[in-house]
Amino acid sequence: MAATISPPRILPSGDSAITVEFSRNIDDAANQRVLGLDRTLASEPVAGVTETVPTYRSLLVHYDPVKIDFDTLSEKLSALAQRPVPPETKARRWRIPVVYGGEHGIDLEDVAKTLKTTPDDIVARHAAGDYRVAMIGFTPGWSYLSGLEKSLHMPRRKDPRLLTPAGTISVGGVQTGIQCLAGPSGWHLLGRTAVRTYQLHRDPIFLLEPGDHVTFAAVDAKTFAEQDRAAEAGEIIAEPIAP
Amino acid sequence: MSKLVISAIGPASSVQDGGRHGAQRYGLTPSGAMDRLALAAANCLVGNELFAAAIEIGPFGAAFTAREGAVRVALAGAPRNADVAGRAVALDTSMTLADGETLTLGFARGGAFSYLAIEGGIAGEPMFGSLAVNARAGLGSPYPRPLQAGDELQTAAASGAAERRIDLPPPVEGPIRVVMGPQHDEFGEDATNLVLDSEWKISATSDRMGYRLEGPVIKHLHGHNIVSDGTVDGSIQVPGNGAPIVLMPDRGTSGGYPKIATVITADLGRFAQIPAGRGFRFKAVSMAEAQSEARKFAQLLRSLPDRVRPIETFDLNIEALQDANVAGAAVSAVDAGTWQIPSADALAQD
Repeated sequence: MAATISPPRILPSGDSAITVEFSRNIDDAANQRVLGLDRTLASEPVAGVTETVPTYRSLLVHYDPVKIDFDTLSEKLSALAQRPVPPETKARRWRIPVVYGGEHGIDLEDVAKTLKTTPDDIVARHAAGDYRVAMIGFTPGWSYLSGLEKSLHMPRRKDPRLLTPAGTISVGGVQTGIQCLAGPSGWHLLGRTAVRTYQLHRDPIFLLEPGDHVTFAAVDAKTFAEQDRAAEAGEIIAEPIAP
Repeated sequence: MSKLVISAIGPASSVQDGGRHGAQRYGLTPSGAMDRLALAAANCLVGNELFAAAIEIGPFGAAFTAREGAVRVALAGAPRNADVAGRAVALDTSMTLADGETLTLGFARGGAFSYLAIEGGIAGEPMFGSLAVNARAGLGSPYPRPLQAGDELQTAAASGAAERRIDLPPPVEGPIRVVMGPQHDEFGEDATNLVLDSEWKISATSDRMGYRLEGPVIKHLHGHNIVSDGTVDGSIQVPGNGAPIVLMPDRGTSGGYPKIATVITADLGRFAQIPAGRGFRFKAVSMAEAQSEARKFAQLLRSLPDRVRPIETFDLNIEALQDANVAGAAVSAVDAGTWQIPSADALAQD
């Protein structure tokens, strides 16, 4: 397979950033290659590269044009991107507690109805998934997860909500995600977690890294309330699990 | 310690610096000054690091009062009337406010943002090495929000150093230069030509996240949804309604609309300074030209400390004459034959 890796598209994002695009679609294989190139650039830094931003399908590479020019960096990135994807030697796994349904997941009933099943079945299938943090973006800590099973795919809401709560766990299209801050969302709200993927004055400020693995565990509302208080005080709550 | 009290301030004014870098992979946008050259010029005048935190002042007026001691400040960026106790002060110079004195600023003229740097910087708690306000993420110090009347910024007592001026090169004129892409191919030739050949205006609904453009509707070839990818300052994204938005320092770190082109680094500051409603144009340049301009811009920033000069009486007169010139009096700053001492009335008008 390694010999057939197609070259990525090298797209200029102005004079100080390059988008290395592996696919135009949400595509797990492309995301693996994005995260692989990200790991390569972390372990073998290229002088002049200042910051990398992984997304589902591309890696945005910020650089200083005083230190390296577009043509030189393009060639380097193109070569690095065509190496076999390096193994995830340090991939971390987290179990994240979620209170599903009711006031915490106001769309659970509707999602079950649309998918012609029961809320319990949705919860069981959503919680059991083995997800990977494909990207973090939009607002601080908003973690987009790949690996949502096909039977849970559903189109986004026609009317996005202007305000959804901090800690929302939702599904939209082929994705699921953990939203850290309160904000707008067009996804279907299944539940909430007390886990803060972003919290100032805590070490680490950002809990999840692109490439981390995530699974969910259903908890009751009382447990959520206790965990929420502990999380507010700086506890991580998410449970690291052995690979 | 002294403090600078915000006696009055309009919207879109906040503490900004060079921004916080390295956490875009976690969804944290860099923020930072809209016009980095003006921020750096103001900081140089009071001996600060180029990208130290300063007050970014939006298009409306403002007033700042020194308390518990003297405060030394410098103003750069968008021109505006400025006075201390009825005495006009010039742009691109430092000044010391005695305890209790107030610096009063008028509306921005021909620009949007001015920067008030404070000698010794602004006391605060940096996050990711920055005090820059990013209201949406609840970040920024000492206030994680735009400034309001009554806010107080703790700072060093004024050093008493002699006042300075800075000689900046003449402002760059002409169209805002862009590099095409990254999703240039989501648009047909007609759409590209329309972007490059039209006159655009900045909508009054613009903010630090993005400048909305008013002009022709830009149509996509394959619809307006792409799978989200990374954004940069200056990304020109085209949402479903066809009205482009140029992403600014408080942008989301990723976005799901195609980006037809990107404003070059060297032009980001002067683009940010275009006032709402004023017409401007874009021009596509090659990557080689954009990068050459980026290197020249970096060189200009590095040269700023060498452009700072002591103010002498002679200089003060030139500054005053230039001010009078802006106010409409027929004076040439380069032709000594037209020089005259401006009256207080001439300085006060406009």
